[in-house]
Parts: sequence; C-alpha cells; structure tokens
Amino acid sequence: MSTWISNFYHRNGTALSIFLLLSVLFWVFILIVLPQLFMMDFSFRHNLPPADIGGAKDVYTLENYQYMIYGSAQSEGSYNTVDLTVFARTLIAAIFVTLFDLAICYPIAFYLAHSAYGGAARLMVLSLIVPFWVNEILRAFAFRIMFGATGVINNFLIWAGILDQPYDFIRNDVALYAGLGYAFILLMIFPIYNTVESLDRNQIEAARDLGSPWWRIHWRVVIPYAKPGITSGCTMVFMLTAGALAAPQILGGPSSLWFTQIIYQWFNTGNNWPQGSAYAIILLATCIAFVLIMMKVFKVKLGEIAR
Amino acid sequence: MSAGVDLENVWIKFGEFIAARDVNINIKEGEFFSFLGPSGCGKTTLLRAVSGFLEPSEGMVKIGGEDMKGIGPNKRPTALIFQNLALFPLMTVWENIAFALEVKGVGKAERRKRADELLNLIALPGQGDKMVHELSGGQKQRVAIARALAAEPDVLLLDEPLSALDLKLRQHMRTELRAIQQRVGITFIYITHDQGEALTMSDHIAVMREGVIEQVADGTDMYDHPETAFVASFVGENNLFKGEVSDINGEQAVVDTNVGRVRARLASLPKERQLETGDSAFVFVRPESLKFANGAEADNRIKAKIHQEEFEGQFWQVFLNVADGAKKIKMSLVNDGSDLKHEVGADVTLTFQPELAVALPEGPLAQE
Ligand SMILES: Nc1ncnc2c1ncn2[C@@H]1O[C@H](COP(=O)(O)OP(=O)(O)OP(=O)(O)O)[C@@H](O)[C@H]1O
Ligand SMILES: [Mg+2]
Repeated sequence: MSTWISNFYHRNGTALSIFLLLSVLFWVFILIVLPQLFMMDFSFRHNLPPADIGGAKDVYTLENYQYMIYGSAQSEGSYNTVDLTVFARTLIAAIFVTLFDLAICYPIAFYLAHSAYGGAARLMVLSLIVPFWVNEILRAFAFRIMFGATGVINNFLIWAGILDQPYDFIRNDVALYAGLGYAFILLMIFPIYNTVESLDRNQIEAARDLGSPWWRIHWRVVIPYAKPGITSGCTMVFMLTAGALAAPQILGGPSSLWFTQIIYQWFNTGNNWPQGSAYAIILLATCIAFVLIMMKVFKVKLGEIAR
Repeated sequence: MSAGVDLENVWIKFGEFIAARDVNINIKEGEFFSFLGPSGCGKTTLLRAVSGFLEPSEGMVKIGGEDMKGIGPNKRPTALIFQNLALFPLMTVWENIAFALEVKGVGKAERRKRADELLNLIALPGQGDKMVHELSGGQKQRVAIARALAAEPDVLLLDEPLSALDLKLRQHMRTELRAIQQRVGITFIYITHDQGEALTMSDHIAVMREGVIEQVADGTDMYDHPETAFVASFVGENNLFKGEVSDINGEQAVVDTNVGRVRARLASLPKERQLETGDSAFVFVRPESLKFANGAEADNRIKAKIHQEEFEGQFWQVFLNVADGAKKIKMSLVNDGSDLKHEVGADVTLTFQPELAVALPEGPLAQE
C-alpha cells in the first residue's frame, strides 16, 4: 500500500497528487457518503415540526421502519399490505425488466463485438446512442403516445387485423415495462460489449471446430467469459429500474404504483422526510443485498465487475 | 480413422486480393504434410478452407474423397490447432480436452476417463484438474493437441503451433509431434514458416509464395532439387549467381555470370519452363558445396577474397567477396582437422562440382 502511494506521488508530482486525492475524496465523501448518512440519520427520527427539532422529543426511533411493515400504530397486528405489495412488485418487475434487457442486449452486444464491421457497426452504435440525447421525460411521453389508444402500435395492430379495438397498453403496464426496459438498455449493452469484445475469436472458432453448435458455444465459452460484464450490466439495470421515478410516473397505469413513487409522496405531498428516508434506505439496502446474493450465487467477485 | 485431403483448382479471393491461386494438392491419408512459406503467403487461409471456416471462391476441397462444399467446420472430420492455441481459459485442463466429447453428449464419467487417457498420451498424467493458466507453454501446447485429438478427427490441422515456444522447447516438441502423429496414425497438415520444422517432421512439403504453390516434394528433394528460384532461395541457404545460358550440354547448363562461366546441373522441369540457350538463368550453389580450388579444375573457378570467418564448432562459416567486390557469398567448411582454412583478407579461388549446383529460370526470390 505504501509503495503504491509513493508510486502515485512519483508519477503525478505533489500538486497533481493532492488535487487528484482531494477531488476523489470530495466525490466519494461529500457527494456520495455524506448525503446517504444524512438520509440514514433522518430515517431514525420522528417527523417533528421545526420548533421541536433538537428538543426533548427529538430522539431516535425505529417507528419509520416499523411503519413499512405494520402500517400505522393504530392497526396493531396487521401488516402494511399496500406498501409491502408495491415493494415486492417493484422488485419483481425490476428483475423482470433486467432479464428482458439481458435477453435483448446480449445478442446485440455479441453481434457488435464479433460480427459487425466498419460502417454497419458504427451505424448500429449511433442508432443505439442517439435516442438517448433526447431527454428522459420526453422519451417517456413519446412512449406514452406510441402506446396510447390511438398510438402507432394500436393503429398498426388494428390495421393488420390482429386487434379489432385498441388494447390498453398503459393500464396493463406494457408501456411501463417497455419504457423501463428501453431506458437503461445502453447500461446493459456496453459492459457486455466490453467483455465480449476482448474474447479471442479463435476460442469461438475452436469450439465450433470441435463440433459445438452455436448455443453451446455461447453457453460454455462466451457467456462464462462475459459473466463480469453481464453481472455489471444486470446490477446497473436492476438498481436503476428499481429506483426509477420518471418512467413509472409517466407510463404507469392509474393503478400501478412503483415503490419510488411512494417514497416521492412521503417527501413531497406527505411532507414526512424521515418516513421517506426510511423507505429509501429500505429500497437501497434490499437492492444491494439482492445484488450481493446474486453475485454469490453466480460466483462473481466485486473486483471483476469493476474491470 | 484417417483420411486424405485433396485441393483441386482452389482459388481464394478476398475482393480483388487473391490469397490462393489455382492450388492443386494431394495429401495422402496418414501423411505428415507441411505448408511452408513466408508470412502472408496464404497458409492460414488454405488451412481455413480445409477446416471449413472459409469456402474457396473456386475449386474443390475433398476430405476422404468427399467434396466438403457447404459442410461447416463443426461437421468436418478435421480438428484445428490454432496458432495461439485458443484453449478455453475458464475450463480446467480436462474439461478443455473433453470438450469435443461434451458436444457429442458423452457422460461425465466417460469424458473424464477419456481425458485422462489423452493426458497420458501427451505425457501430462494427473494434471487434468489444473487450470490452463497454471501450465507452462509446452504443456499448453500438448493440451491443445489432446483437445483436438479428443474429437477423433481424420485430419489434424496445425497452424504454426510451435511458433510461440522458445527454441529448445520447439525442437523438443517437433520430435514429440512426430511421435504423436505416428502413434495416432492420422493425417497431419502442418503450417509453418520455419523450414527446419518442415524439413525434420514432414513426409511431404508444399512451398508457397503469394498464394501459389511453388513445389511439392519431400524434404531431401526440396533441398537437393529445387524447381524454382524461390524454393532454392527460401529452403536452406544458397549462393546465387545470375547470368545467361550460353550452352545446354546434356544434363548441364553453361551459364555466363558476372563471376565467369559456370556449369551447373539443369533442373528437370516441365518442357515449357525448361531453360534454353539465351535465357536468363539463376545458378544456385549451397555453402557446403563450395570448396577451395586446387588448380586441377577446368571450370567453375570463382575468384574471391575472404571477408570474415565465423567458427561454429562443427563448421567454419566463411564469408567472401567475389572479385568485383559487390557480391557476398558464403561457404561452410567442415571442421574435420584438414587445414583448409585461409586467413581473413586472403585471395582465394573457389570451385564446385557442376552436379551440386543447379541452374533455374530466373524468378522471384525469397526475401533475406
Ligand atoms: N478475411 C480476409 N480479408 C482480406 N484479406 C485477407 C483475409 N484473410 C487473409 N487475408 C490476406 O490473405 C493473405 C494471406 O493471409 P494468411 O493469414 O493466409 O497468411 P499466412 O501465410 O498464414 O501468414 P502468417 O505466416 O503471417 O500467418 C494476407 O495478405 C492477408 O492480408
Ligand atoms: Mg497464418
């Protein structure tokens, strides 16, 4: 460690080293750790009027976390089914969206890395990236229009004779899942592309030469090799989907609540920051735990993801 | 089982670029056949056409007498060993070896048994549970061979598999490869740009230049009876004297060169390429065929000045400048105690027997 530090100094000089260390420290501590610590602190406090803050009533409590499980204190013995259901549904939907993205992005990433050349590859990358120049909110509204009762998709399906009246994609959450799936597609493609691209083509050809059909080549050679990229992509997509707010707000049907929307309500309309913080922390902790468990199951180390 | 391989009028084009030009080769079953040629001459390309990764633009690839057109690499009775081996880094050694069996749906116990047998064959018993990165270069090499053999191919294709190894190991692996080939008895097609490898291991060699097969012969014929200027200059070392044919005298050509008039064996070539009086010709003389003249010879006398001498134990390598000073030639003297050596700077006269030199039509040469 100490040799690492002295190397670092030698390479960069004193002034630059100090600048680099300070900016990393600023980034990690001020912008990431500190706000989360404040949130953490908030989540264990009562929601008090400003006058009482710092007073006798301002003590730590688990009340906000209990609320998530049991609901308000009056309804002893029963569970907070509404919030728990939304929570579970959000996580399951996020898993679903992640798997869906993986199924779409793995072939694209593989194709980009090993089959596409020159112009075709550039065109493909551009057409993947350019739509993301459009603002997230605008994109969500575009999806809403596209999936609406008189949107392109319904019009096409009716014209093609598959439907005789418009299908309500929005009420049935199809638009939501499509929007969420699309929102983070790049975060799935690029990590996979990065790992797959460094796979020696000869390995694919060797497997083929030894008689392997294409699916086994992927199963035994490409996917194991791409595992760090796949994990990293899945982690990001899962985390961001579970934490998405704009897409569920705009594309969600009237009945569908995303867990982030509940958090948002506590902060905003509910004006109960401690409660919102507790919910946010629960979401964060659950997502991290889930990701760590999955990494354990699929035997991926944290260091590999960072590559 | 073993199978022969025939290439019939094979052309391979990449757009405008022609990587193989009318290749006709007949490889017999059970043979160790080498393609020898400089970098970029199209060796890998030809091998890929045999293994099925590439369809020839024209012509036919036959394995065991059957046309392979439209048959993919996973369906051909060939196994390819890649230049960089391409072992699977995330599988253990035995899983690598047994991959071809896994593909065929062989059960795990049986796969393991077969892998262990092959590990014995390549003299790596008990190393099956290692990961590939834990092996040395030569061991990886042998694992790649075992992995290919596990597929029970009729033809094993090897693309410069020894080029990554150091000299000592390379020489050891040559013997080993040859021994394995004789043990399993299948056809080996071996690619190399190292003539030492080709000469020591092969039953037959095809020398390639820019997509063209220059000559197919066994090792001694390739060395003693080159048929093109390229083969003469590429295989082994050779001194070249350029000139014009002044007379054809039975089996011999008389050529006027810038070092004087020399006689050399006339290469036996097809009629249309045969040298005739007045043609430009290249005369090639091996370093070991050059001797110091003793004054009795009637012709083939070359005046030269010794420029440098290198002692190599078994041989003295002597570098000389011929009379006009422009051209360097090399001779090898056997260090057999006879006091033939002269001092550096001495003016000497060299000679050679006409039958040990060859006169060929002029043509492209191998780069130094
Ligand atoms: N897919 C391709 N597209 C265009 N040109 C190619 C392609 N593959 C090979 N070539 C060209 O064909 C020629 C022969 O290539 P090849 O790889 O067969 O050479 P080689 O004899 O194996 O050389 P080396 O000893 O360096 O491996 C080269 O000039 C190469 O640039
Ligand atoms: Mg090659």
